[in-house]
Parts: sequence; structure tokens; C-alpha cells
Amino acid sequence: MGNMIIYIKEGDRMYESIFKKYTPERENLIYILHEIQDNHPQQYISEEAINAVGKYLRIAPSHIFGVLTFYTMFSTKPRGKHIIRLCESPPCFLKGSDKIIAKLREILNVRVGETTIDNLFTLEICACLGVCGNAPVMMINEDVYGDLTEDKVEAIINKLKGEEK
Amino acid sequence: MKIYRSHILLAIDESAKLAGVAEFKRQLEQKLIDYSLNSEVKVLETGPLGPLGSGICMSIYPENSIYIKVKIEDIDEIINEHLIKGRELKRLLYNKEAVEKYNYNYENRIVLDNSGLIDPENIEEYLAVGGYEAWEKALTKMTPNDVIDEVKKSGLRGRGGAGFPTGLKWSFTAPIESDEKLIVVNADEGEPGTFKDRLIMEGDPHKLLEGVMLAAYAVGANLGYVYIRGEYRLCISRIKKAIEQCKEYGILGDNIFNTGFNMDILIKIGAGAYVCGEETALIESMEGFRGTPRTKPPFPGVKGAWQKPTVVNNVETLSNIPFIIKNGADEYLKHGPADSPGTKVYTIMGDVAYPGLCEVDMGVTLREIIDQYGGGIREGKKFKAALVGGAAGVFLPDKLLDVKMDYTSLKEYSAVLGSGAILVIGDDFSIVEMLYAVIRFFRHESCGKCSPCSKGTQELFIIINRIRNGFGKKDDLDKMLLLADTMLHTSFCALGQSLIMPIKSALDNYMDEFLAMIKED
Repeated sequence: MGNMIIYIKEGDRMYESIFKKYTPERENLIYILHEIQDNHPQQYISEEAINAVGKYLRIAPSHIFGVLTFYTMFSTKPRGKHIIRLCESPPCFLKGSDKIIAKLREILNVRVGETTIDNLFTLEICACLGVCGNAPVMMINEDVYGDLTEDKVEAIINKLKGEEK
Repeated sequence: MKIYRSHILLAIDESAKLAGVAEFKRQLEQKLIDYSLNSEVKVLETGPLGPLGSGICMSIYPENSIYIKVKIEDIDEIINEHLIKGRELKRLLYNKEAVEKYNYNYENRIVLDNSGLIDPENIEEYLAVGGYEAWEKALTKMTPNDVIDEVKKSGLRGRGGAGFPTGLKWSFTAPIESDEKLIVVNADEGEPGTFKDRLIMEGDPHKLLEGVMLAAYAVGANLGYVYIRGEYRLCISRIKKAIEQCKEYGILGDNIFNTGFNMDILIKIGAGAYVCGEETALIESMEGFRGTPRTKPPFPGVKGAWQKPTVVNNVETLSNIPFIIKNGADEYLKHGPADSPGTKVYTIMGDVAYPGLCEVDMGVTLREIIDQYGGGIREGKKFKAALVGGAAGVFLPDKLLDVKMDYTSLKEYSAVLGSGAILVIGDDFSIVEMLYAVIRFFRHESCGKCSPCSKGTQELFIIINRIRNGFGKKDDLDKMLLLADTMLHTSFCALGQSLIMPIKSALDNYMDEFLAMIKED
């Protein structure tokens, strides 16, 4: 319980520093959500955050939840350190993105939308990333990886795993 | 100014960044110092060069040799061979023929004429090639009506997909009395296989801004928004930088060029939703709501964002405007056929030798685009189909390869130009699988506002999955057509209405493939 109280206080401080940058108008909602998510160590938006934003912008939390779940870039579940977004739209599909998904699921041992037990990786599917010249493509956090093959994917994941040790 | 004997232009785009271009540039500059060539050779950054998807690309002037897939280990060899001995390094040289065609095509470019030649992060370079001349001309010598008339005369049509005449769109908003009007740039490029807007913004952000300013002046708006999708980080930072530079130079701000005209441009960032490419959904998203489409009418041109008259234009459309105003509509009409004038930026990908983008006149045939600019079909494969216009496009078979790519010619085959994406499919890939990918995409992106689309895409997905797994029945095909046709007539926005195009064209042209997958009882 003691830990809980400290966490909430720290959270409040983070929200306040973000709120300071934006006027309390509805049009800033998506910006604020982007920033809260980017600043959270688990890259998601918690219920507590939704309530804090609702209070600041004077919007019902249910509305904020609606906006959150509409856009694919936001998450309401805690996520891993590395978020893998694999494109599955037709140009990447033509170049075998389904095989890449199968490979990722196998080596990470998760389903799409899930996070690995060690909290390192979250596997997500996304729409076109606009790098179709290098299909199939995935993004891990801010970095784009193109011309993927099953071997290449394994090497990338192993490299990221190695950096943790 | 210091004169260098050679310039190395490094292309900075997503593809190069993922290959580690920042470290490459640092090492290259260091090596030039080591060879004491730093007073003779200058390294510059520029936007994407032609051959996209090839790692670090660089072009060495004045020879204009393009090297692709360059690695840090190759720096020594390039300096020794090219810069010291003056011979081109054949091993890394990009197909010379393709380069010549690509450069030859530079003369025909309107939107991308500076991309790959100037530094997109430096306003002075844009000014040096005649940038913001159109803006000055409009503000000082033309009335807003002159600008609209010129655009109308040029016959420019929206490049986002629908192809609505731009001048006409502006003329609806211009006469409306309102305390504030808005210009919104639709840079929420989500159509699968389309990355032209990203390359325009990465390669020449100032051209887009100039287009926004001209549009604003024409309709009487003083505020512009650029709505960029959240995934395009490099575009966001380049546009941001370009706006700051404009303010510094007095091109944006209050009392521009002492004419009393005020103008500001802001950036809005999306969060990943395909449907936000629809203009009213984009406006909803800008206001901080779920990006679902609104009822039309009232059209955004009358009541848009915050109920103010709002003109929404695509990135490519607005990037055409500076040329039209600067050189006049007559010059613009020299490009392409009379009924759809101008140029179009295409992105070519799939089973072609050189995936990438090109800008050619309207009316050039599909065959020419694939063969000349895509380098033809990849070795060992044969052409089966081209999905033209993105996911909401049509499958064109080989007998239609000679169709002219413009609004009117394509309409004859009930095809659309769409966003200009050309996905070439080789003979070893099944059309059933491809259609499955298209429907899966729509199922994921349907926003859920209206039932025909949200339920229809789900039902279509179940049917195509059944067929693909070998459990399909013959009437499933008719069911798919009927469903898609119902969606065309009842869906709320273009997302649900456009699924009929890929489904009908796939069934019309590749019926035998579907029948082969279906079990006869």
C-alpha cells in the first residue's frame, strides 16, 4: 500500500509537467496522450492517467477511453520495453509478412498483442508504415527494419536481447 | 563563397536512416579530412534520391554518379577510385540506364523537382531555386480571385484519391463570410503502398508550405494546419523546422511582405487510423475526438473544423500550386492530356526490379511506368496483375497494361488513379491471397461508425478466409459481390464504399483462380 501512494504522487507530478505545456482544450487531447504514453516506462496509458487527463480537460473519462482505443498507436495495457510493430498490409503481405509474424511468435513465444514474460517485447500488427520499397517492414520503437527475412528477424531480436544482459 | 570541385549528396530518408546514415556521414567527413580532400569535396544532405529502398544512397556531382547500398567499409574505395582517380566505382554504381531515365525525367517534374537536389532543412537553398516567388507574386500582384482562376484554369484535380477539381473546391469557400477560415493539409497518408507524401515532405517541405500559403490567400484563411500521421517522425521534424525558418525570414507571420496579410501554420499529429484520411474524419481527429466521418453536407468547405469553413487538400495537390502560380496555368497545361493535366507521383513496389517512386505526366501508360521507372518485372517472374491505387484500388490484368494513367482513361475500366500506388504482383502469387490481404486490411481499419462497413468487412473476411482455406462454395463468390455492392450503396464514407473495386476486379479478371480454390459438391 505504501508503494502505491508514492507511485500516484510521482505520476501526478509527471502529468502536471505535461499539462503545463498545453492549454486545457479538447484539441490537445491526442498530444497529451502521446506524451503521457511516451513518458511512461511501460509505454501505455493507465486508468489513473485517463482520470487525470479528464480532470484537466474537463472531459468524461469514458470519452478519453473511446479516443484511446480508437487509435492504434495508443495502448491501455502495459507494454514491453521494445514494441515491435509489423506491417501486414498488402505490399508487405506480398513479400511474406505472414512468415515473419509466425517467426516472431515462435521466438518470442507470444501472440499478437501480448508482451513477453520478461517484459522486453510486445508484438503488435500495424497498418502501412510507408516504407514499402523495403517490404516486409517492421518498426521496433523508433527504428525501422526493412527487407526482413526469418533469419534477419531472429538476429535483430537476439541483438536486442543481448543488449539487456 | 567557397567553391568545391565535387559535391557528395547524401540522401537522408527512412531507408537511409535505418542503414545508419548518420554514422556514415561522420566517417565520410573524417576520411575526407584524412585524405586532405575536405577543401575540395563537400558533403551535403538532401532528400530521397530516385532508387528508394537501397540503404545509404549518394550521388556525386558534377558526374552525377549514383551509388547505392553503400557501407562504411566502402568509403575508402569510393574516395580512391572516384574522387582521386576519377573513375566510377562500378561495383556500387546504380544502373546507369535507370539513372539517365530518372534524370531525364527531372525536366518533367513539378512536385519533386527539388527533391534530391537541395537540402530540405535549409530555406536558403529553396529560395535559391526560385522558392516563395509564387507566394510573393500572389501577395503583391494578384487578388485572391486571380489565384483561384489560375488554379481553375490549370485543371488541377485533387491528388488524394477522389480527384475533385481543386480550384472549384476553393471557389466554394472563398465567398463565405466568416471571422476565421482554415486550410488543412491532409498528410495522414495511410493507403497501403503509398509513400509519396512522405517523400514530398522529406524532400521538399518548403514547397508544401508555399502551397498552403497560396491556398490560404486564395480562400481568405489566415491559419493553416498540417495533419501528419504520428508514425512519420522525420516529416514532422522537417515541417516543424521549415515553419520556424519561414517565420525567421518573414515569409510567415504578421504583415507579410508589407501587404498587411497575416498567416500562420501549425502542425497536428495523428495517432494511427486509416479512416482519418477521409476529410471529415480528419477534422474530428484534429478536434480531439475519435476519427469517425461526419455527415455531408454541410461540407467542410462550409462548416469544417470547429464549424469554420475549412479547405482540406492533399500534400501532393498543394505542392503543385507554387508551379501553377509562378509559371501560369498555360505552362501547367503543357503536361499531360487536356482533360487531366499535370503530373502524378507514383510509388511502384512489389515484384519489380527497382521499387521506388517517379513523377511523370498524366496519361503515361502503366506499362511504361513499370518498365521504365520500376525497371520491369523482377528477374524470373512474369507479370500477373497490378493493384493500382492502393488497397482501395483495382487489379489490372496484363491485357490492360497499355491503359493510359489519367482520370478519364482509367474510368473507362472502372479503375481509379487513387493515391498513385502501383503494386506489381508476379505470376507465383495467388490473387485469392492478395484479396484476402486487402479485405483483412479493411476489416482492421473500418471505424465502426456505420453497420454496412463494420459488419460487411467482417463478413467478407469470413468468406474470403473460407475460400482460401478450401471450404468455399460457389455461391460465396456471388455473396461477396452482393455484399460489396450493398456496402457501396449504404456505407457512410468512402472506406466502405470502395471495397467493391478490388473485389469486382479480382473476380472479373481472375475468376479461374477463385474457382480452383472452391470445392464442388
